Amino acid sequence: MKKLMNEVGHYVDEMLDGIVLAHPELRRLPGTTVLVRAKKADKVALVSGGGSGHEPAHGGFVGPGMLDAAVAGEMFTSPTPDQILEAIRAVHGDQGVLLIVKNYTGDVMNFEMAAEMATMEGIHVEQVVVDDDVAVQNSTHTIGRRGIAGTVFVHKIAGAAAEAGYPLETVAQIAKRTIANVHSMGVALSPCTVPASGQPSFQLADDEIEIGIGIHGEPGVRREPIRPADDVVDTLLDTILENAAIQAGDDVAVLVNGLGATPLSELYIANRRIAKRLAEQSVNIQQTRVGEYMTSLEMAGFSISLLKLDHELTKLLNAPATTIAWRS
Amino acid sequence: MLTTSAFVAFIQAYTNRLDELQPLLDQLDNQIGDGDHGTNMTRGFHAANERLTSTPTDDLGALSQTVAMTLLSSVGGASGPLYATVFLRFSAQWKGQSQVDAKEITEAIVQARDGLVVRGKAHVGEKTMIDVWSPAAQTLQENPTVSGLLKAATVAAEAAVGTRELVAGKGRAAYLGERSRGTCDPGSVSSAVFFEEFANVIVGGVEKTPWPTLVS
Repeated sequence: MKKLMNEVGHYVDEMLDGIVLAHPELRRLPGTTVLVRAKKADKVALVSGGGSGHEPAHGGFVGPGMLDAAVAGEMFTSPTPDQILEAIRAVHGDQGVLLIVKNYTGDVMNFEMAAEMATMEGIHVEQVVVDDDVAVQNSTHTIGRRGIAGTVFVHKIAGAAAEAGYPLETVAQIAKRTIANVHSMGVALSPCTVPASGQPSFQLADDEIEIGIGIHGEPGVRREPIRPADDVVDTLLDTILENAAIQAGDDVAVLVNGLGATPLSELYIANRRIAKRLAEQSVNIQQTRVGEYMTSLEMAGFSISLLKLDHELTKLLNAPATTIAWRS
Repeated sequence: MLTTSAFVAFIQAYTNRLDELQPLLDQLDNQIGDGDHGTNMTRGFHAANERLTSTPTDDLGALSQTVAMTLLSSVGGASGPLYATVFLRFSAQWKGQSQVDAKEITEAIVQARDGLVVRGKAHVGEKTMIDVWSPAAQTLQENPTVSGLLKAATVAAEAAVGTRELVAGKGRAAYLGERSRGTCDPGSVSSAVFFEEFANVIVGGVEKTPWPTLVS
């Protein structure tokens, strides 16, 4: 393992210090792993978070028009309820708090416990759970689909709704509609190494790719030989389109997300194919984002997210936002 | 009989075993999850151990509460809330008592099992810690004695090894479907070690299961 780090136990702490030094518009709550922006009490407050290792998520989406606070956990590990509770206490005004959680057993449990504690303190809290990863079969018998890069669309759109002054119930409804409309899938070309373990999360031969990868170095759903970029894009896009009710004439937003060690050039090559495929199906791309939004340390690979838009979601997606990793 | 000093000794012994087994637990988790179960558990129980030695009390409920709150704030993931739930249930059961007998231990273990089911929403057979806690609690219920504790530790170890053949229905391993078969559930192994060390502190002379040769 070769990493640019000091003490492995200080990894998250030193990263958070580095973020606020580079971006003084963010503040770190003393003694916590919570990043907040200047408090705005007359709107619904948005709190999200998750394990570290997904940078720029989640701190990179804190700012006007998006999140009010992001809670960082240990590497690939959900933040703990006490930290989430600190975030809720710091940002809640008089309009309540919306928690945006990715669908993982640990994240859901920790955010739920924090929500229960905040409710006991008289703070009005709602929680939405993002499950955009179509690589995982949806079934009532399992925990359902994972939350991956499509979560960033939920941050953006719910953030705009909150900024517009909508009440908590409405912001939560809009967030849920966004979640229902966003579908994602990813592929890895090489694994990542969690600093504390020092070992790659899985083994891939030089000529293999892992289809249906998550964002924590966990193995995907199947392993296949490497093939041209267009074919890889088709594999992901076919599964996304099977699951998303997207038809000719629909408007969509596209997110081509690098997982940490994919050259931007390769992401653009992938985007070229995505645009061609959607044009063939007469689907209108209203907005395309290409870059790193939700990474998995130094994993090579990428994910595609498609968000089906309606009039209101389009308006909210285009509303102004000023954060480290998303500006519009 | 579990006294407060035995409880503190148990947390110490369990922390030591976690130190030993951290690489194994991480390795198992690496195969079917995200590779940090050993790291997270070790961090949490070290914190709990430190907190216990710095806050002496003769109340088993208060000690359990301290462990629960420390785990909640230092473990993260799913293991944090789940192991915290175990100690929260112990705390409720043993409140104000400086020692408890096998019957009260049994009742607390059963309560902990029920708490895990509520928090984790998992059922038996889904390759989670419930697959260990459920048969162990049942063994104790049938025989709420010191020898029942020994039997529960044996049953727990067998159940943890048995999770190798299961397909995960909950937790991150569930995303692997059929590919989760063939690896023991790390949370089940850490749970079996829990029962082993617990029985050893109360009864003594419990043989340590050779986990690395058994499950890796």
